Amino acid sequence: MIGSSRYWREVPQRYRYEAAKCTKCGKIFFPPRLVCNGCRSREFETVTLAQEGVLETFTVIRVAPTGFGDETPYAVGIIKLDDGVRITSQVVDCDVEKLNIGDRLRLEFRKVQEDGESGVICYGYKFVPAN
Amino acid sequence: MRDVAVIGIGMNRWGELWEKSHRQIWTEAALEAIDDAGVDHVDAMFVGCMSGGLFMGQEHLGAMLADQLGMGPIPGTRVESACASGGLAFRQAYLSVASGMHDIVLASGLEKMTDVDGGAATYALSTAADQEYECFHGITFPGLYAMMARAHMAKYGTTEEQLAAVAVKNHENGSKNPLAQFPMKVTAEQVMNSVLVADPLRILHCSPITDGAAAGILVPLDMAKKMSDKPLVKVAASAQASDSIALHDREEITWIGSTAKAAEDAYKQAGCTPKEISFCEVHDCFTIAEIMVTEALGFFDRGQGGKAAESGETALGGTIPINPSGGLKSKGHPVGATGVAQIRELVMQLRGECGERQVKDAVRGMSQNMGGTGASTAVHILERV
Ligand SMILES: [Zn+2]
Repeated sequence: MIGSSRYWREVPQRYRYEAAKCTKCGKIFFPPRLVCNGCRSREFETVTLAQEGVLETFTVIRVAPTGFGDETPYAVGIIKLDDGVRITSQVVDCDVEKLNIGDRLRLEFRKVQEDGESGVICYGYKFVPAN
Repeated sequence: MRDVAVIGIGMNRWGELWEKSHRQIWTEAALEAIDDAGVDHVDAMFVGCMSGGLFMGQEHLGAMLADQLGMGPIPGTRVESACASGGLAFRQAYLSVASGMHDIVLASGLEKMTDVDGGAATYALSTAADQEYECFHGITFPGLYAMMARAHMAKYGTTEEQLAAVAVKNHENGSKNPLAQFPMKVTAEQVMNSVLVADPLRILHCSPITDGAAAGILVPLDMAKKMSDKPLVKVAASAQASDSIALHDREEITWIGSTAKAAEDAYKQAGCTPKEISFCEVHDCFTIAEIMVTEALGFFDRGQGGKAAESGETALGGTIPINPSGGLKSKGHPVGATGVAQIRELVMQLRGECGERQVKDAVRGMSQNMGGTGASTAVHILERV
């Protein structure tokens, strides 16, 4: 239904965690934007996301969307990285019943979907306990 | 800008309407509004619909439904802002009358959600979130609101009992609404023992999948005075605001900024404060949404929405009745129609036509309709003239 270009053009973010840092006010955007919503500057430098952060909130998905049915129950959270960027990601390699807000997590490169919308195996980031 | 009145409203019984097409569902509601207003034509129409394409494989709804109305080659415009599509369609209709562009305008909303299976419907709804940076990771809409709920519970001490109180109250109100999809009453125990969908949210915290439509007729207030013998209801405020589409990009996960901003603008337009609102229809797509929205609208302090729901302040007869119609939870949530159905409830309450669920001394009603996790909000205030 949806062509593979939709997947491949996100590769700099999903494989290399590339973000854009406003050269004027320092705010970091993931994914990159063309305008800083803090100071309206249009000038950015490419930076790599911080690889560790703290779990701000999370849920355990019991009723999954198409493509994730085999994985339930699984945890998805919002993680605040050490550089201030917040991202949504699965939290894996842990007991989902024992997760807590404030847990320290580390980013890892993993398979996210077996057979995504465009039929390709989708890789990207997931988070695991930091220690 | 001209003052604008709502002189006609229409809505059919909501539910899983297998036997009816979207044309029939929408036209029934539109004709009821036209008959209620007593007009013989409309100059333009707006329809809010989130996803005709994904729910029923049909786009181009502005033209299609204008044609179904049988009132000539009038401009037909479809408006989309996810679950806030109806609120925005009403706002566009309001602006087109207030500006002087048109005199008699039909505002409407429609969603036909049961022509596809549950998985496809869930996918269609998920397109209101960020596909690449939220949905890609396996999050669902209940999951996004669950993350808001958990953050609210951690920050303010909001409890599962307080979440359940919202569902109990809305089903109680909906049991008095003959058009509600799920008019049965529920107990807190039933809510708290229902199946988990996305912790901490359970199935009875979620609004349903619904087919339905709603409509209203707007005209200049001066014209309404000559046309209608029903109690007159005018639009005192129409406001809209936006926020980031991804929940993780918000400054605060526990605060719905677009609702707070739209409400601030609406109070300014109407020249009133939250205390001067008689009742409010809010977007309770999930129980936690009602709690957070009542805070953003200024009815309660930050973090106090749960306590207010539990103590009965938001019940019929409370200090600020919330969702006398039963809300999305009990009345149903055909996404594009919801914002217009809220306006219908406001008009009925202000006319004193609500029977058992009538709010006493209702002079000024507010509606709050939002898209996604709050990336868009429409807020309206209607007053009895
Ligand atoms: Zn900047």
